[in-house]
Amino acid sequence: MASVHSPALRHHFDTVEQQKDASTLGMWIFLVTEIMFFGGAFAAYTVYRSLYPDAFAAASNELDIVLGAVNTAVLIVSSFTMVMAVYSAQTGRRKALAGYLLATMFFGLVFLVIKGFEWHHKWVEHHVPGPHFHFEGPYADKAQMFFSLYFAMTGLHALHMVIGLGILAVLVWMTLRGAFSREYYTPVDVSGLYWHFVDIIWIFLFPLLYLIGRHNHG
Amino acid sequence: MSPSSFRLFPEQASTLAGSVDHLYFFLVGVAAFFSLLIFALIFFFAIRHRRRSEAERPQPVHGGLVLEVVWTVIPLGLVMVMFGWGAVVYLDGARPPGDAMQVYVVGKQWMWKLQHMEGQREINELHIPVGRAVRLTMTSEDVIHSFYVPAFRMKYDVLPGRYTTAWFKPTKTGKYHLFCAEYCGTRHSGMIGWVYVMEPAEYEAWLGGGGTGGSLASNGEKLFQELACTNCHRTGERGRCPDLMNLFGSTVKLADGGTVKADEAYLRESILYPNAKVVAGYQPIMPTFQGLVTEEGLLQLIEYVKSLKEKSATETMPARRN
Amino acid sequence: MITTTTEPRANYLTSDFGIKSWLLTTDHKRIGLLYLVTITLFFILGGLFATLIRLELLTPQGDLTSSETYNKFFTLHGVIMIFLFLIPSIPATMGNFLIPMMIGAKDLAFPRLNLLSWYLLVAGGAFTLYAMFAGGVDTGWTFYTPYSSTYSNTYVMATAVGIFIAGFSSILTGLNFIVTIHRMRAPGLTWFRLPLFVWAHYATSLIQVLGTPVLAVTIVLLAIERGFHIGIFDPALGGDPVLFQHMFWFYSHPAVYIMILPSMGVVSELVSVFARKRVFGYEFVAFSSVAIAVYGFLVWGHHMFVSSQSVYAGLVFSFLSFFVAIPSAIKVFNWTATLYKGSISYRTPMLYAFGFIGLFTIGGLTGLFLATLGVDVHVHDTYFVVAHFHYIMVGGALMAYLGGLHYWWPKMFGRMYPEGWAKLSALVVFLGFNLTFFPQFLLGYLGMPRRYHAYPEEFQVLHVLSTAGASVLAVGYVIPLIYFIWSLRYGAVAPANPWHATGLEWKTPSPPPTENFEFTPVVTHEAYDYEALAQEEEQEGVRVG
Repeated sequence: MASVHSPALRHHFDTVEQQKDASTLGMWIFLVTEIMFFGGAFAAYTVYRSLYPDAFAAASNELDIVLGAVNTAVLIVSSFTMVMAVYSAQTGRRKALAGYLLATMFFGLVFLVIKGFEWHHKWVEHHVPGPHFHFEGPYADKAQMFFSLYFAMTGLHALHMVIGLGILAVLVWMTLRGAFSREYYTPVDVSGLYWHFVDIIWIFLFPLLYLIGRHNHG
Repeated sequence: MSPSSFRLFPEQASTLAGSVDHLYFFLVGVAAFFSLLIFALIFFFAIRHRRRSEAERPQPVHGGLVLEVVWTVIPLGLVMVMFGWGAVVYLDGARPPGDAMQVYVVGKQWMWKLQHMEGQREINELHIPVGRAVRLTMTSEDVIHSFYVPAFRMKYDVLPGRYTTAWFKPTKTGKYHLFCAEYCGTRHSGMIGWVYVMEPAEYEAWLGGGGTGGSLASNGEKLFQELACTNCHRTGERGRCPDLMNLFGSTVKLADGGTVKADEAYLRESILYPNAKVVAGYQPIMPTFQGLVTEEGLLQLIEYVKSLKEKSATETMPARRN
Repeated sequence: MITTTTEPRANYLTSDFGIKSWLLTTDHKRIGLLYLVTITLFFILGGLFATLIRLELLTPQGDLTSSETYNKFFTLHGVIMIFLFLIPSIPATMGNFLIPMMIGAKDLAFPRLNLLSWYLLVAGGAFTLYAMFAGGVDTGWTFYTPYSSTYSNTYVMATAVGIFIAGFSSILTGLNFIVTIHRMRAPGLTWFRLPLFVWAHYATSLIQVLGTPVLAVTIVLLAIERGFHIGIFDPALGGDPVLFQHMFWFYSHPAVYIMILPSMGVVSELVSVFARKRVFGYEFVAFSSVAIAVYGFLVWGHHMFVSSQSVYAGLVFSFLSFFVAIPSAIKVFNWTATLYKGSISYRTPMLYAFGFIGLFTIGGLTGLFLATLGVDVHVHDTYFVVAHFHYIMVGGALMAYLGGLHYWWPKMFGRMYPEGWAKLSALVVFLGFNLTFFPQFLLGYLGMPRRYHAYPEEFQVLHVLSTAGASVLAVGYVIPLIYFIWSLRYGAVAPANPWHATGLEWKTPSPPPTENFEFTPVVTHEAYDYEALAQEEEQEGVRVG
């Protein structure tokens, strides 16, 4: 039951429901802006892929599909732990909330570490665009375009993950300080939305970057 | 009238200029009408209904759907006329006639380099005969420029890495400004020149007078040999490389099943990025000539390949009879 | 006779003192004032560059400065005026100040985010100023590639970072407004009882939220290309320069609607109160704002008719561009009809509203010339375009900004501005503006290209007229700067509702208390109900006239 005098109620809102509604709507709108942001990069990708399909397929095959798939699974699990965190908050279970938040952070970190390995591989193989870029075969310069987009898009995604980790860390700290209860856990809720969004961006990135023409090459 | 005297309206010196101006005057008429209408109504209402006492209570005037529809539909109709008319004029200006003479333009910071088919090279100047359509094929060596001749009402961007085309048919002899119309760096406003439209006889004289060593095509042939293209591309033969005879303008079948029209862009791409479109039945073995040939060299090579046409049967007939 | 009595009641200005109370405020009214000061400073800077440009263009030769410097002048003029003045202008000052009051709320939905938005604008501006002082940027505000990504050796990155950061200011303001308008309206305030100012800002916020992120990612890709020398837009490195143009204009066309829609909202308010009539065709004006916002996303290619996009793309974008003009025409007709049988006052805000309607009409109609394919080929990248957008942005948006500032000044500061001087400046602005920019239409059709440091002699007469106009226009802007500041101390004390306007903001004292309303108002009638207002005023014993 929401009390008008709940300590979490900010002075410019009339009720806790109104405040929660506003926060949730705000986060959804923010996610729309993120869709537009990544959308621009996806649009550039679409243009170049349709112009140079063979080069893109050749370059895509150089990515490690196993690590990519593992990372996809890792993020899906992290979204599950995030859902559990929100549920724990809803049911007022503080320890479980902290635990699930930490688990989500753990999986996020695993994702970033694996990504780091992948990027390192690309560096060693001279697939990082720039003066040291080298690609065997006839598709060298268009393959560089693929890798430019690969690093730009996975880089932006990783940046959003890092920010997500920061947000989760703040949530853990707030949980331990007792800021959340059954009546008020909005920050956990909206952060969950953000985390799921970052996950969904990866769900699109993975097939677009890793799986071009794989059925031809096995 | 000399080009440097003050005017309020530009000269019309091409076939397109008249139709652009007609459309322009229509737009000016519509714009003037509606501007004056609004100004007049505001003026009239503001005076007629000026506040005479602070205690005035105007009656609300209720809008009607009818009025809203009327003043939506009428403007809509007018702008559709503008669209249609503008599209017609635009399409006219977008499609060069078949008999246009070809001139190549290479823009670079901060000058225009023009090449006639016969080999004449010009910098920041273009000499052309009156009454003959001219087709420009243009590219840039560095940043985006734009080739603009106000008297012809013609403008088109000039891009690095690709060819763009534009055309005009001059109707008046004279000297007309040429401007770069896309900001391109420090001396953007210095990237200007003149288009000289001459009587046909004068033009022929001008062409003859400045021999610079062969036509574009013959220079292209020399370059073709220098770059060792002949090792692979033997005209009339099909070897490891496709035959270039009659290639220009034909439809090429590609290894991935698609087709492409063999135009200037295709030829340029084939020289610089040979594996972008591999011809059906051939291996991707052609090396790239990036860095080995300039934009002008590419134009010469393209002109040479364009010139590789077998004489048709009707042309050889008279020879056989003799 | 002017009696200056000090305000006994505490208001948002006097509730707290000290620099911290301003720099850490979450009060939307104080934040509106922070923005007011910031954007005024940027306007002055942008105006300085405009002055230098017009001075150089007095003579055909490039004799005042070098070409490099001139190119930096017009770039900085554009970047500052667009991103640091026009985009924030009305929403960040008047929108912030008024929207909560207009809907009967105590603040925006996210007050701390609001403060963050201001800091982001300041930070973005700081980067741009750094770029300016360090040596400037010369790409033009449109920073087309590959010039901006590979060839320019000026401070492109710093400027791009500045715009990127300022963009987030815009996004967060839009987000804040959308949530506020959806969730914090007072009881009884249905959508169709909202003032048109709110509708206009709602539509603007939609654009800010959807469009600006695309500019952000375009800047990121440009920065990657420039910083790491890899090809995304540069053909020499395998990229496509026209893709940059598509991505850039996908934001920058809707951006012009961010700049004009709020001013249309202001004009709706001004025309109503100074004709003392409900806005004619209220629903149509409200819907046209949303239509412009949505529709504005479909027409970006009309900036690229000669850029090598296909003829078919040109036809489609031209066709769609004509449609976006119709909702604006509907507004102009409805505002004009509002005057019919009204009770029209010639107070300064109304003069600015008249100026807006007339000059916006001209500016909008000349947009049709640019949407017309056959004509655009000739006038693209000439002074015709420059004249068109200055008619809209200066003759339109800036006039509405000044009109709104005069209208709500009493509410914001509890003081009246001097009416005589204000009327004079409005006239000076109108005349100076037309003298500055009308000759530029002629210059454009004659073929004078944009961004030219030096030009052929035959264009000089028109340029001299334009510069003469600019000097008059500048005077018209300096005078209000002086009397507004003067009025803060010496202006007549303003009552709560000096204009006898409807609208919840006029039910608060001038200046308002921090929490705006003691009790949440309940709304029972439509937005411009002057009968209801008259009845209320009679009951309260307020003397009218």
